[in-house]
Amino acid sequence: MQLTINGKQVDYQGAEDRPLLWYLREDLKLTGTKYGCGVAACGACTVLVDGQPTRACVTPASSLEGKQITTIEGLDSLAGKAVQQAWTEMDVVQCGWCQSGQILTATALLTATPQPTEKEITDGMTGNICRCATYHRIRGAVARASEILGA
Amino acid sequence: MADTTRFIPSRRLVLQVIGLGAAGFAVGCGPDFRSASATGGPVGKLALGPFVKIGTDNTVTVLLKHIEFGQGVSTGLTTIVAEEMDADWAQMRFEHAPAEVPTYGNAAFGGAVQGTGGSTAIANSWDQLRRAGAGAREMLRQAAAAQFKADPADMLVVNGRVEFGNKSATFGELAEAAARITPPDPATLTLKDPSAFRFIGKEKAPDLVSGRADSAAKINGTAQYALDYAPEGTLTALLVRSPKFGGKVASFDDAATRAVPGVTDVIQISNGVAVVAADFWTAKKGRDALVVTWDDSGAETRSTDAITADYRKLLSQSGFEARKEGSGGAGLKGAGKVLTADFEFPYLAHAPMEPMNCTLEYKPGVSCLIHSGSQMPTVDQAVAAGILGLDPKTVTVNTYLAGGSFGRRATPDADLVAEAAQVAKAIDGRAPLKLMWTREDDIRSGKYRPMAIHRMTARVNNGAIVGWSDRTTIQSIMEGTAFLPPGAPDVSSIEGSNDIPYAIPNIAVDVHWPKSPVSVLWWRSVGHTHTAFTKEHFFDQAAKEAGKDPLALRRELLAAHPRLLNVLNLAAEKAGWGTPLPAGPNGGTRARGIAVHHSFQSYVAEVAEVTVKPDGQFTVDRVVCAVDCGIVINPDIVRSQMEGGIGYGLSAILGEAITLKDGAPVQTNFFDYPVLRMAQMPKVEVHIVPSAEAPTGVGEPGVPPIGPAVANALFAATGRPVHKLPIGTKV
Repeated sequence: MQLTINGKQVDYQGAEDRPLLWYLREDLKLTGTKYGCGVAACGACTVLVDGQPTRACVTPASSLEGKQITTIEGLDSLAGKAVQQAWTEMDVVQCGWCQSGQILTATALLTATPQPTEKEITDGMTGNICRCATYHRIRGAVARASEILGA
Repeated sequence: MADTTRFIPSRRLVLQVIGLGAAGFAVGCGPDFRSASATGGPVGKLALGPFVKIGTDNTVTVLLKHIEFGQGVSTGLTTIVAEEMDADWAQMRFEHAPAEVPTYGNAAFGGAVQGTGGSTAIANSWDQLRRAGAGAREMLRQAAAAQFKADPADMLVVNGRVEFGNKSATFGELAEAAARITPPDPATLTLKDPSAFRFIGKEKAPDLVSGRADSAAKINGTAQYALDYAPEGTLTALLVRSPKFGGKVASFDDAATRAVPGVTDVIQISNGVAVVAADFWTAKKGRDALVVTWDDSGAETRSTDAITADYRKLLSQSGFEARKEGSGGAGLKGAGKVLTADFEFPYLAHAPMEPMNCTLEYKPGVSCLIHSGSQMPTVDQAVAAGILGLDPKTVTVNTYLAGGSFGRRATPDADLVAEAAQVAKAIDGRAPLKLMWTREDDIRSGKYRPMAIHRMTARVNNGAIVGWSDRTTIQSIMEGTAFLPPGAPDVSSIEGSNDIPYAIPNIAVDVHWPKSPVSVLWWRSVGHTHTAFTKEHFFDQAAKEAGKDPLALRRELLAAHPRLLNVLNLAAEKAGWGTPLPAGPNGGTRARGIAVHHSFQSYVAEVAEVTVKPDGQFTVDRVVCAVDCGIVINPDIVRSQMEGGIGYGLSAILGEAITLKDGAPVQTNFFDYPVLRMAQMPKVEVHIVPSAEAPTGVGEPGVPPIGPAVANALFAATGRPVHKLPIGTKV
């Protein structure tokens, strides 16, 4: 089965129910996508599927034939780059484990809504847990990324 | 880890871990900070003492004896060395030091254990790393002097270069010659005057100091954590542990498990049954199919209500006397009014975002290489060596970045490595073995912040608090570990209670330590998680009875504690204490609460602003924090630790609880163990007190004041104190 991951075609031959997360991490060594809960409750495994934030821990790889999958390693959209720049400027990260998922979620948010209100930022990001509670900076960094995009 | 003011490792621990030095790899951390790979040693790096390596590529690598798990040591420790070396910030790199004591021992733990905890990383490295940097600088000067045929005293070190007249050489060019020079005696070195600091205490500036040293790799997905390490052929093990604490395997039926294609082994170990497979998903399917019968004869079988009732019974008796001031408990009798209240605290899980895991490469009879993110690598080393029958010198620990910890990775029993070593031994080390905990394992398998009940009593007379009693019932964290001599009291249970700083004439603090098979552990700020809450929240209730403003009464009773008073006043001033709060956008009562607490040698005050709606739903809108942690290495990291500590503490008091039903935890994952999300995160403002005192920790001290600050704000809004945590979303 052909999947497109970060612009490259790959041939998936694994179990039908195996989540994309483990295919990315164990087979493709794309370890920037993280395991946090396994039940779509924390967002650490968030990737983009056709631009939509998707929980790789509960999405079977076999369900993604013909889809465009973007992981943190392949993030190169304008919005994605703006988000990473804002994260750098504001030194958002602490332990970092959730940040790939945060960055991809923020990228999807800004792609759909380039000028989000504070409430739209909170609503868009509240599904992603950060146990270090970097929320205060994430909120600021999404707003800053929006500024960078608008400049 | 407990506050180290009262932390003295036992002789047993010292014997257990001393002299276990082992050569090891260190692991680089992403492209900008990668100096070595996990499979090969450093290339072209020359050691100038144990903490500094200079590359022929002109990089300066600082060896971290403390693990980076988000608290910022990869930046802070690196900054201290860069400062004394007069390096260029752009050339600085870091890597984790090998597991080796006493070289990399934590001075705050007596030096016998290599450990991160108790918010000690900066405090116990400050002088050591300044001298490491100054020593390296001196070696570079001598190397340059020999090259330029001049006096070392005439060498100028400027921004990563050594200059003499019109000659100059980079650190990298001098590295090989410098490494041949005998390191100077650290005690003889002259350290910089703080007025000459270029990096320490400075804000991020693009041309001087970039931000966090671990930022880039964590933003582009290349940062290496233990779970990311998986050499070809790695087998993954998941463990079925007893649902009830203290349960043992009676028997198991693995027919269905072995029928899962890809499952290679099913192995009983000391605390459960491991299912081993070629990958995670197969191991999980195999584990789901395993049927285990448990022997619960030694297990905890009580539910939370029953444990609570047992704790309350103990509260009617005197416990171990931890503090007596004036006439102690007798001071509660006499004129005036006596207030009393109980405060209940649940078990809490640490729930770091990266679940527990490690990978062992074991060669029977030869060696073992441990890949992990551990707060106590030398303890892991000793435990693995014991299980595998190896000389500890052949057990190497590669320390990786860890995805959070909050105390969970500081295990005196090395639980994770002990499990993995038993499985690695059972499969004769035929493949690298990765042991993984799922989130469910993490939430359900203990090492909790112990549940506790405090019974608080105060006597108030003529507008003054004249008697104060704080009695706690709580399981001991340290009892039975090598960190507490047998029979010694575990003061980590009451740190923050027994050193209550208020000038109250009669004080009594005592504690009961009931036993249970439920495993408990230090959880970010340890005893202060509950003692600060009871001390500060009950204080407001006493202040109200005394007819005093809670800030005014604190000022009055903290006159002898200038650093506490200072942060208290700063937070109050910045929060506008005493001025009316603007109305909220959606109505409701708005109020402020204040709390101040000393922990891990640092001083923090926080003011919380809340809105309580008519139906009791409330929000925490804003928190103003003031911190005094002595000399600040990196102000932005101090701010980030206060912000994060406030969020972590708020998470616990709003929603977190592990409850037991018949001895088994009820909660399983983030949907029923709700941790703080962005929608609940208040705006946070942090103010740092300028100080010339020695630097102290910031990882934990931001946590204790937030709970009581919020509870005091809710008390101000509603008149009702908070007696049971978590509070939930409604009062």
